[in-house]
Amino acid sequence: MTFMISARSLKLVAVLAAGLAMGACSKNPNEDGSNSGFGSGLGAGAATPGSQQDFVVNVGDRIFFESDSTELTSTAQATLDKQARWLQQYGQYSITVEGHADERGTREYNFALGARRAEAAKSYLAARGIPASRLRTISYGKERPVAVCNDISCWSQNRRAVTVLGGANS
Amino acid sequence: MRQTNTDSPRDHLMSDPKMLFSRRQMGGLFTGLAGASLLPTSAFAQSKYLDIRRGSNFQPVPIAVTNFAGDQGPALSGIITNNFARSVFLQPLEPRSFPEQISNPDAPPRADAWRMINAQFVVTGRVARAPDGRMQTQFRLWDVSTGQQVSGQQYVTDPNNARRVAHIVSDAIFSRITGEKGFFDSRVVFIDESGPKERRAKRLAIMDQDGANVRYLSGGEDLVVTPRFSPSSQDVAYMSFGKGDPRVFILNIETGQREVVGNFPGMTFSPRFSPDGQKIIMSLSQGSSSNLFTMDLRSRATTRLTDTAGIDTSPSYSPDGAQVVFESDRGGTQQIYVMGAGGGGAKRISYSDGARYSTPVWSPKGDFIAFTRQKGGSFGVGVMKPDGSGERIITEGYHNEGPTWAPNGLYVMFFRDPGGGGGPKIFMADVFGRGEFPVPTQSFGSDPAWGPLLS
Repeated sequence: MTFMISARSLKLVAVLAAGLAMGACSKNPNEDGSNSGFGSGLGAGAATPGSQQDFVVNVGDRIFFESDSTELTSTAQATLDKQARWLQQYGQYSITVEGHADERGTREYNFALGARRAEAAKSYLAARGIPASRLRTISYGKERPVAVCNDISCWSQNRRAVTVLGGANS
Repeated sequence: MRQTNTDSPRDHLMSDPKMLFSRRQMGGLFTGLAGASLLPTSAFAQSKYLDIRRGSNFQPVPIAVTNFAGDQGPALSGIITNNFARSVFLQPLEPRSFPEQISNPDAPPRADAWRMINAQFVVTGRVARAPDGRMQTQFRLWDVSTGQQVSGQQYVTDPNNARRVAHIVSDAIFSRITGEKGFFDSRVVFIDESGPKERRAKRLAIMDQDGANVRYLSGGEDLVVTPRFSPSSQDVAYMSFGKGDPRVFILNIETGQREVVGNFPGMTFSPRFSPDGQKIIMSLSQGSSSNLFTMDLRSRATTRLTDTAGIDTSPSYSPDGAQVVFESDRGGTQQIYVMGAGGGGAKRISYSDGARYSTPVWSPKGDFIAFTRQKGGSFGVGVMKPDGSGERIITEGYHNEGPTWAPNGLYVMFFRDPGGGGGPKIFMADVFGRGEFPVPTQSFGSDPAWGPLLS
């Protein structure tokens, strides 16, 4: 079964996450290495094509998973297709796929689960023509939730793989 | 530090670097009391007074810890009383009910009076300052039913070690009554958590088993999780994020020296020491699978133990080092498996309907495996025998995770998270689930790992 998230709510989530990352970035852009790499001047529509904001707001930087699943839903595949097209167009970025799990699992298993999710997204992007040399993965397990509450409305946002753009490829 | 007059002298107290005494420093400085003065003399003394092996249906042993003589005496008695209150097997009596003030800790208490408040044992003692400035602590344990002393020891140490002496006295009394090893003179490494959940800062920290003497071992810049104590040294293995892949590190908590464990092509996590302290067993994530590996800390040789497309993690050795218990989703969901320490022949031992099992840890006594169990939306901590039988859930609720064993195998610590914007706290419970106590930490605390007995 596919958990449907509308494009509109996806965009909201993305903007929210970007805002959080901005807060984290105010001191040091790479403070914890997670969700970093956003520039300033956020705002849907105002993003310069090819910029990181453009990717986050207009493409969507994240996909979501079912509970304890690493399967790519049709929504996730559609997002990854868009990501792959954008990433091929803007080849200057290196790419880190972050895998995350919700809090309803044990810590160590969730590291492995997050790694699997990141790997699933990475393989999909690679199959869509993104060179493996541009792609790396990292798992944060349940250590870096974006939504905090005690029910599925938050857990479903935290079960995610986030495509984070890094500096220019060397 | 040194003790005299024991029925089992334990000079290896000095092997603990925290005590900072070499044998040479000890030599000649200490004379001590005459050997006989604290020795038990009763012909009626039993080898032990409570049989823990009989199971959960025991009566805690009522014990009166009187104020030790000397300026520091009451503080020491307070620490011992607090220890016993969390021991479940001993039940310290309320000081207000005591029938007499002890004026001479060397003389037998009035057995008939103590019997009136149903005390089974009375502890007396004194704390004095030796001429060289060091602290001299003596205790005596009296059996109220016979009026006889059944245990007594003296310890001499630096005054800075007052809390440790109280724990060592607690262990001596606990062992004398139960016939089991103590656990009070031990430390716990854990993760101190602060800040909002989305950007939680995590620091490696160490404390005494009762939450005192907290020391921070990392600064919170890097995300660190799942510390594990070496059974034989002052080393802690843990997983740390930094540049590149997250990896398993070993930190010497005395010297602060830190090193990465191995050079693996991917994320390493879930480390644990072998019982002899010579090997680390851990998971390596490659592609979409995670498998178990060991690294010999001397030769640096690495060995692959499992080769599955699934997730194998949370390995833990049996106390004899011959077997490994771990969790795997090779059968579809997380379950607990046991295999030989060389790998191969893994056998599933967890079978409860609709439950997922994880984080297995073998008891240092070998008799139980503690685990986290997810069932019906709740997370519990429990124990089962190594063949999977005799499952007993110790606690259950929204989220309990990650048991660790006391060095005597009679207690577990774990963390409990209320979910939402709150954070985890550490708790301790006995293996029968009779009592549960919070382990006080200043901030949120998670991933406790109990270290070996220091003395």
